[in-house]
Amino acid sequence: MDRFQLFPVQASTLAPEVDHLLYFLLAVAVFFTLLIFGAIFYFAIRYRRRSENELPHVQHTGYTLEILWSVIPFGLTMVMFTWGASIYFTASKPPNNAIQIYAVGKQWMWKLEHAEGQREINELHIPIGTPVRLTMASEDVIHSFFVPAFRTKQDVVPGRYSTTWFTATKPGKYHLFCAEYCGTNHSGMIGWVYVMEPMDYQNWLSGGAVEGSMAESGKKLFEQLACNNCHKDDNSGRGPVLVGLFGKQVQLVGGGSVKADEAYFRESILQPQAKIVYGFEPVMPTFQGLVTEEQLVQLVEYVKSLGPKPGTGPVDNGQKPVPEKSSTAGSTPANR
Amino acid sequence: MADHAPTETFALRVQFDTEAQQKDASTLGMWIFLVTEIMFFGGLFAVYTVYRSWYPDVFAIASSSLNEIIGALNTGVLLLSSFTMVMAVRASQLGQQKMIVIFLILTLLFGGIFLGVKAYEWNQKFEEHHIPGQAAFHLDGVLPEGQGHAQLFFSIYFAMTGLHALHMVIGVGILLTLIVQARKGRFSASYYTPVDVAGLYWHFVDIIWIFLFPLLYLIDRHLVK
Amino acid sequence: MITAAAQERENYLNASHGLKSWFLTKDHKRIGLLYLATITLFFFIGGAFATLIRVELLTPQGNLVSSETYNKLFTMHGVMMIFFFLIPSIPAVLGNFFLPIMIGARDLAFPKLNLLSWYLLVVGGMFSLYAMLAGGVDTGWTFYTPYSTTYSNGYVIATALGIFIAGFSSILTGLNFIVTIHRMRAPGMTWFRMPLFVWAHYATSLIQVLGTPVLAVTIVLLFLERVFHLGIFDPARGGDPVLFQHLFWFYSHPAVYIMVLPAMGVVSEVISTFSRKAIFGYGFVAFSSVSIAVLGFLVWGHHLFVSGQSLFAGMVFSFLSYFVAIPSAIKVFNWTATLYKGSISFQTPMLYALGFIGLFTMGGLTGLFVAALGIDMHVTDTYFVVAHFHYIMVGGAIMGYMSGLHYWWPKMTGRMYPEAWARLSALVIFLGFNLTFFPQFILGYLGMPRRYHLYPPEFQVLNVLSTAGASVLAVGYLMPMIYFIWSLRYGKVAPVNPWGATGLEWKTSSPPPVHNFDETPVVTHDAYDYASLMAEEVEVG
Repeated sequence: MDRFQLFPVQASTLAPEVDHLLYFLLAVAVFFTLLIFGAIFYFAIRYRRRSENELPHVQHTGYTLEILWSVIPFGLTMVMFTWGASIYFTASKPPNNAIQIYAVGKQWMWKLEHAEGQREINELHIPIGTPVRLTMASEDVIHSFFVPAFRTKQDVVPGRYSTTWFTATKPGKYHLFCAEYCGTNHSGMIGWVYVMEPMDYQNWLSGGAVEGSMAESGKKLFEQLACNNCHKDDNSGRGPVLVGLFGKQVQLVGGGSVKADEAYFRESILQPQAKIVYGFEPVMPTFQGLVTEEQLVQLVEYVKSLGPKPGTGPVDNGQKPVPEKSSTAGSTPANR
Repeated sequence: MADHAPTETFALRVQFDTEAQQKDASTLGMWIFLVTEIMFFGGLFAVYTVYRSWYPDVFAIASSSLNEIIGALNTGVLLLSSFTMVMAVRASQLGQQKMIVIFLILTLLFGGIFLGVKAYEWNQKFEEHHIPGQAAFHLDGVLPEGQGHAQLFFSIYFAMTGLHALHMVIGVGILLTLIVQARKGRFSASYYTPVDVAGLYWHFVDIIWIFLFPLLYLIDRHLVK
Repeated sequence: MITAAAQERENYLNASHGLKSWFLTKDHKRIGLLYLATITLFFFIGGAFATLIRVELLTPQGNLVSSETYNKLFTMHGVMMIFFFLIPSIPAVLGNFFLPIMIGARDLAFPKLNLLSWYLLVVGGMFSLYAMLAGGVDTGWTFYTPYSTTYSNGYVIATALGIFIAGFSSILTGLNFIVTIHRMRAPGMTWFRMPLFVWAHYATSLIQVLGTPVLAVTIVLLFLERVFHLGIFDPARGGDPVLFQHLFWFYSHPAVYIMVLPAMGVVSEVISTFSRKAIFGYGFVAFSSVSIAVLGFLVWGHHLFVSGQSLFAGMVFSFLSYFVAIPSAIKVFNWTATLYKGSISFQTPMLYALGFIGLFTMGGLTGLFVAALGIDMHVTDTYFVVAHFHYIMVGGAIMGYMSGLHYWWPKMTGRMYPEAWARLSALVIFLGFNLTFFPQFILGYLGMPRRYHLYPPEFQVLNVLSTAGASVLAVGYLMPMIYFIWSLRYGKVAPVNPWGATGLEWKTSSPPPVHNFDETPVVTHDAYDYASLMAEEVEVG
């Protein structure tokens, strides 16, 4: 990897798309740079001052020219805008079949946790050809998850979940950087992303000592924190049933509804009174300060693991199932 | 037009050709300064708007913890001070030397009362533990997880009223200077620009309060009972 | 050699003597020189930080300074260069000196306020310098929360206070200019007879007046949060760090135009003078300045494409960002068209101005890259952005400043600088600049993040190239420093109008008298009317 390069490797489905737009922009930029430089050099030499008393003719504003060189560049920029926006749009919408990995940034390391329970620090192993969705949180300041080979970058802002996703296309070892200045060892908050063949990834997942999947750790926490006293599997608890909840639309007190996604779970644990499920009393205490970001993602993963899963069948918790829509990335403040 | 370094007087500076030009320039200058002030407070209003829309319930409760009677009283005091300021400008236009001083002193007095009441209100906040950033912060009627949002309200409250009060203090300083100058008989029907321009500033500070009062004290109050 | 006649003639420099006559002066020309001395000092301090940064980046391991020191270096480089050099540069030195003369006024509308503005800049600079000497600040010039409010151990408050105070200097200068342009124009100087330099300063002043107060209040909130623990941006209390970024960039994006618009004004003057032709499309160039100022306020969110603002906001800000590209393009095309069938001579100011057009074009075109959402996701917070904004600020603003300084130096001091040395330095700066910053575009696209003290070894070659360029650039900047000072004593005495230019400043003596003109000028021609200028010269000569 130490070789001198002029162009970064393409290792995700997004990378060629971004690079194609880059080629277009480069073509436009080179054309106009040559045009302007060429015109300056040509005019400067062709019309150099030959005598001290020379007086050039006064030229009147050419409206045709002015309109031409306003409208043509504007048209080009609109192509750039549309093209760029469409890539951004794709990059903001994780596919539904993405595997879920959690990342927590803190000064100055990346802590990553796979749903199966594997934990990594400053390393991320992922399979080739499968979309990977990262749900990210920060324990302190703003960080930014940046993998140049994937052409993706997403700031990780404390107090909310940020999301990014990618599908790796080429096995190898790629840089992971923190791109948002985060303090003294900012440039040490780096790591590697290992992209593996699916078989190798499976081997990697099953190797090593793992305390249990994230959902299992979350379940333990769920019991330790006595969440199960109120959130029971049937309708007998004081809190809503969590089984089969993930991805559904939840009716709220006072009208309106919210989609049960990661950000909603996070908010409900930290600020239970922010959105009260229809038919329930606002009795849940806050867990702010009692759980770390890492424990939070385990709890969230546990609740997600409760469904809906194929085969478990619909669970009647008094809510109508709603077709799943993919959530937006970037995330709005979770604690609104 | 005087071209060779004309002798400079208080009423006509050397860079100007006529007194009218000088007065125009001063007035325009003050208006532009007030535009910068609007942008300054505009930043605060933007912050207020964002957080109020995110946490409407907590903000309503926090609003209703403020004493609207005292707030209204202070609004009245400030409106009165604007009236006396207008009268001071009028007196200077008419060249009534004594009246200028009297009205300026009255304006100063009302401004002082406003600041006094404001200090009392702030002191109340300390006694009620409504000071953001303190461990003892607690707002009744708000759940534990909402206390942070309540702190945001009081952060904005202190930032807004604090910066407004700072502008009042600067205004008081300007008034004191004007009073000294007026006693020396500096102002006349032909030269009253400083009083005029100071008046613009004073009214502006008044108007900011006219926005702060409903935003901080009144909106959504009725929802909390 | 000083001729007897030149010695006798009273001007703003020899009218009075002593420190008091300078430090209490109300003369906009003297205040301009005070600014010149002050910001030159700040420029070389900022430049010293840049040099250390570049030397450190010669090797990937970072063996010159610690990470902590490195972070302070780039922070203080940014703070010094942006708030204490670039923002005051052209407006406070050249604008201060020439704006009143160019519209035929005896002074700015508020001379005392003008002096106060200079003192504010000095006091602000002192606070920031104090912070640097006391231990430095390491937040980056952007002061992002919560790092700046809660985590940094640096002298955040002293630095921020310095910027706050300098901000008022900028506000008051802008206010002074607007009032002066509205109320102090000489008889016959209508809006559309004003030189484009004045139009550019009008647009700049609008931004200074409308944008800077928002930065001021943002700094106040930062201060309240850090010192009094008010929690406006504190995520632990439901506050939003991204809101800080919105407020910060609401000023700091338009601030880019505070830096580059005046440079565009200079370039318009210089291109016209040295092609002896009115600027092609005067009205378009004038209005494009104002439209850049207005549109510049609508695009701040393009700094936040990956910060987690909504998809919709990202699209809107990208869309609007492309709008601001158009008036800039119009300017470049009009300048180039001005050369067509002109009578072009290549004195130093013209070399800098042509350099400006080239480098600004490259900076502007790479702006189209970072405004594209899909590309920005990859290049934001990398060296690509660093290269892009240096092309605008150094390649644009500083080239414009150097052009203007050479153009008006004879008028300001009454002395000519040595032409050959000056042309050489223009060439050295142009080459050094490109060698420094072009490799950074490639580095950025390869993925090297900005503000990295240590970096992977495969980036070393390009970093070495960049550092090599920086050393050339440093030589380029030291040369004018030396020959300008040399010229004060040994330079040839400057004639009234050395370049054959049309502005009112070329109708008064070099250096100008205390009140600028012996007689208030009456303007009867449009700007850049070379035909009548040459006719007058024939009459006189």
